[in-house]
Amino acid sequence: MKDMQDGYTTADGRKIGGVVMEMKNITLRFGGVVAIKDISFDIREGEIRAIIGPNGAGKSSMLNVISGFYVPQEGEVWFHGEPRPQMRPYEVAQQGIARTFQNIALFEGMSVLDNVMTGRLSYMKSGLFSQALWKGKAEAEEVANREVAEKIIDFLEIQHIRKTPVARLPYGLKKRVELARALAAEPKLLLLDEPMAGMNVEEKEDMSRFILDVNDEFGTTIALIEHDMGVVMDLSDRVVVMDYGKKIGDGTPDEVRNNQAVIDAYLGVSSD
Amino acid sequence: MRSVRPGGPEWEENKLAQTQSGAEGLLSLPALLQRNAKQFAHSPAYREKEFGIWQCWSWAEAEKEIEALALGLINLGVNKGDFIAVIGRNRPYMYWSMVAAQSVGAIPVPLYQDANAEEMAYVLSHCGARFVVVTDQEQVDKVIEVQDQLHQFEHLLYLDPRGLRKYDHSQLHQYSHVQDQGRAAYDEFIPELKKRRDELTYDSTCVMLYTSGTTGKPKGVVLSNRNVIESAKNASEFDKLGLDDEILAYLPMAWVGDFIFSVGQAYWTGFCVNCPESAETMMTDLREIGPSYYFAPPRVFETQLTNVMIRMEDAGNFKRKMFHHFMAHAKKVGPAILDGKPVGFMDRMKYALGDFLVYGPLKDTLGFGKVRVGYTAGEAIGPEIFEFYRSLGINLKQLYGQTEATVFITVQPDGEVRADTVGVPAPDVEIKIADNGEIFYRSPGTFVEYYKNPESTADTKDAEGWVATGDAGFFEDKSGHLRIIDRAKDVGKMADGSMFAPKYVENKLKFYPDILEAVLFGNGKDRCVAFINIDLTAVGNWAERNNIAYASYQELAGHPKVLASIAEHVSTVNKSVAEDPMLSGCQVHRFVVLHKELDADDGEMTRTRKVRRRIVEEKFADIIAALYDGSAQISTNTEVTYEDGRKGAISATLDIGDAVVVPVAAQKVAAE
Repeated sequence: MKDMQDGYTTADGRKIGGVVMEMKNITLRFGGVVAIKDISFDIREGEIRAIIGPNGAGKSSMLNVISGFYVPQEGEVWFHGEPRPQMRPYEVAQQGIARTFQNIALFEGMSVLDNVMTGRLSYMKSGLFSQALWKGKAEAEEVANREVAEKIIDFLEIQHIRKTPVARLPYGLKKRVELARALAAEPKLLLLDEPMAGMNVEEKEDMSRFILDVNDEFGTTIALIEHDMGVVMDLSDRVVVMDYGKKIGDGTPDEVRNNQAVIDAYLGVSSD
Repeated sequence: MRSVRPGGPEWEENKLAQTQSGAEGLLSLPALLQRNAKQFAHSPAYREKEFGIWQCWSWAEAEKEIEALALGLINLGVNKGDFIAVIGRNRPYMYWSMVAAQSVGAIPVPLYQDANAEEMAYVLSHCGARFVVVTDQEQVDKVIEVQDQLHQFEHLLYLDPRGLRKYDHSQLHQYSHVQDQGRAAYDEFIPELKKRRDELTYDSTCVMLYTSGTTGKPKGVVLSNRNVIESAKNASEFDKLGLDDEILAYLPMAWVGDFIFSVGQAYWTGFCVNCPESAETMMTDLREIGPSYYFAPPRVFETQLTNVMIRMEDAGNFKRKMFHHFMAHAKKVGPAILDGKPVGFMDRMKYALGDFLVYGPLKDTLGFGKVRVGYTAGEAIGPEIFEFYRSLGINLKQLYGQTEATVFITVQPDGEVRADTVGVPAPDVEIKIADNGEIFYRSPGTFVEYYKNPESTADTKDAEGWVATGDAGFFEDKSGHLRIIDRAKDVGKMADGSMFAPKYVENKLKFYPDILEAVLFGNGKDRCVAFINIDLTAVGNWAERNNIAYASYQELAGHPKVLASIAEHVSTVNKSVAEDPMLSGCQVHRFVVLHKELDADDGEMTRTRKVRRRIVEEKFADIIAALYDGSAQISTNTEVTYEDGRKGAISATLDIGDAVVVPVAAQKVAAE
């Protein structure tokens, strides 16, 4: 990895920067079950990094390690050049990491706008009292945060459901609202857990475009887990392939596609 | 032949105003802009909802923005007489680009934003546009896709930079950057801009609009400043529009109506043009703005009525009963109250109560709370739909017009509004009816020519300036109102010689909320048959309430219960058609519910959603044959085009429905 310290240039001409996060020999166990076994890889600034693998390969566990939700028994997560200590969720958010969930985790009874505004929580510094009175700092803060939220609503083209309670939205739009909330935190690193699960082709195309646009417009580094191989290969700059908790491939989509171990894992191997 | 001329003191007044406008030197839209920036400097000129807030520009601010863009266009090398295409949804910036183009002596050509690449290529190469202004990546992609076919195309300006960072920017320019460059080069180019602005005359081209055309390739209608300003002025005076009026600009910019309302009339009277946040938020934005002057094609009113009816079906028992009770009362006395006719005291009191409980809140929800003048045009509106809105107290009127007339041919004056006529000749418009029933007109709004198409120009406009509308109609003797029967070429004769006017029957069918579109066939035949498109919103809602599961439009359209209810509607329509002695032969004998919606992407409709009969007739010839030969089912395979241009095919087996027909043959024999 040393030779790539200064980053690389992608096929479409984007400059990818240095390492933002590095997984060093991560092993994660749940009792006797080894979910992740000795995996190392890095995520670089400005890239779209995918983690793929068949069911039960340990992808979601990996994402939870990256987000700091799981603490691996062995190995270290390096963030911005230093080992990351064990953190609480709000500390993770303060570091500039935001995520979406495989099973949507929004406040169903609240409007889309309010949900997006919750993503701004770490930017709200005024106290309970001044917020309740809606005076001085609290008011200015709310206006500034609303502005950011509105820009994201505009960006993700969900203006028409701004005031709609989330519970009334179809699945595909809920996914988009979740992405909006994650973006409202203005993250440096965005983690997407199966952003296209359960979507039809058109919704997948829309979501792919939004992911690419987020990366392009805001320069956000994105790590995503995805099942749909076609989508992953089109979207990502580099791909990690997992199978039974082990890393079996790592590289550009083309390299991964031609990797024999990956082909075997996805298509199966004949028994002879 | 008979001819009608407007007369009376109003006409003289208009004449006076006309000479005044010439005397004031208001010979072009840029000149009107200068006047507005001075006279109405602080009045709102444009509003657009963005980031959840209504952003506002005063006339003085709008003038600065337009000037900056005009200077930027000179900087980019726009010459006098160049064509500048404008493609995108209604946004203040897009309207500014049209006036900026005029300011530098170029001609704006607005295009339909949902046009596919092929249609776009035709228009762009036909007018030879050197510059194109678009809203976003989607439109940029379309232009780039057809770029090879465009020999004169040079530069593309875009508003929203999103997703365009990686594009080759040798021909691409961000709108705001062009403005910045214009501002930076102010001293260098302002004399040139002033010179070009002063060179505009009353007869120089103001705009070129391509007509969608139900047949053949689109034609570029050239409209002069005289056409646009005179029409805008006359219409504004007719409806007493003023500085304080508000409109919502949401109809396609390529449509002549939008150009006259949102540009012509807005510049003449100085009222404010409001642009919605996006197409999806249009209804919310309509409610927030509460326009006083509103315009919509019948389809929009139909959709809104359908939505109201669906929501009332879902409402509680008490509310539903209250709604129907007061709507019945409104139907009885509402239009009369609106027209200022005498109505009994008790009826008035009850109407006032209804207004408090039902009509007021409903109008508010629909966004019509403040509408002072509302128009519908483009197609005939179902009388029941029309009466519904009028009974609520909304001053909805009809007008009859076309691109070639710069919209206005006839309009309904306040208090003389009826569902079945289109009103009296608009100010300064002369009308005559040919022997075959075709309507001809002559007015200051009469178009200059079809661009690069002298044959069509000669076919449509004669040496004396009379323009053929292609519509058949007649003046009612009592009221002097014009009544349109149908497109002159669509009106035909049945085998027995009785009149065949498809639109008359189709409009009756389309009043049912679950029927979106209907196409009647029968010209030269002994009986009529029809295609029906169901309305997915209405029928889907009905299916949900009745526990009918369906996976697709096609499946729902073919459901036996749907067929049964459509058959009932058709039979009811037949009964009402039979009552008109002239048209009783147009009753629908058999019908089929189509497995796909008629769509502009498949060429079955125009972009303004008018059915292209001939294309539908050719495309579904097998189904029509089956309707006539008595078979109970037909298997068919249809090609469809998706929004991105890909093609696919759907196949289906359609059941053919029979309708009850009221026998009229006996009467006819008796008459003969």
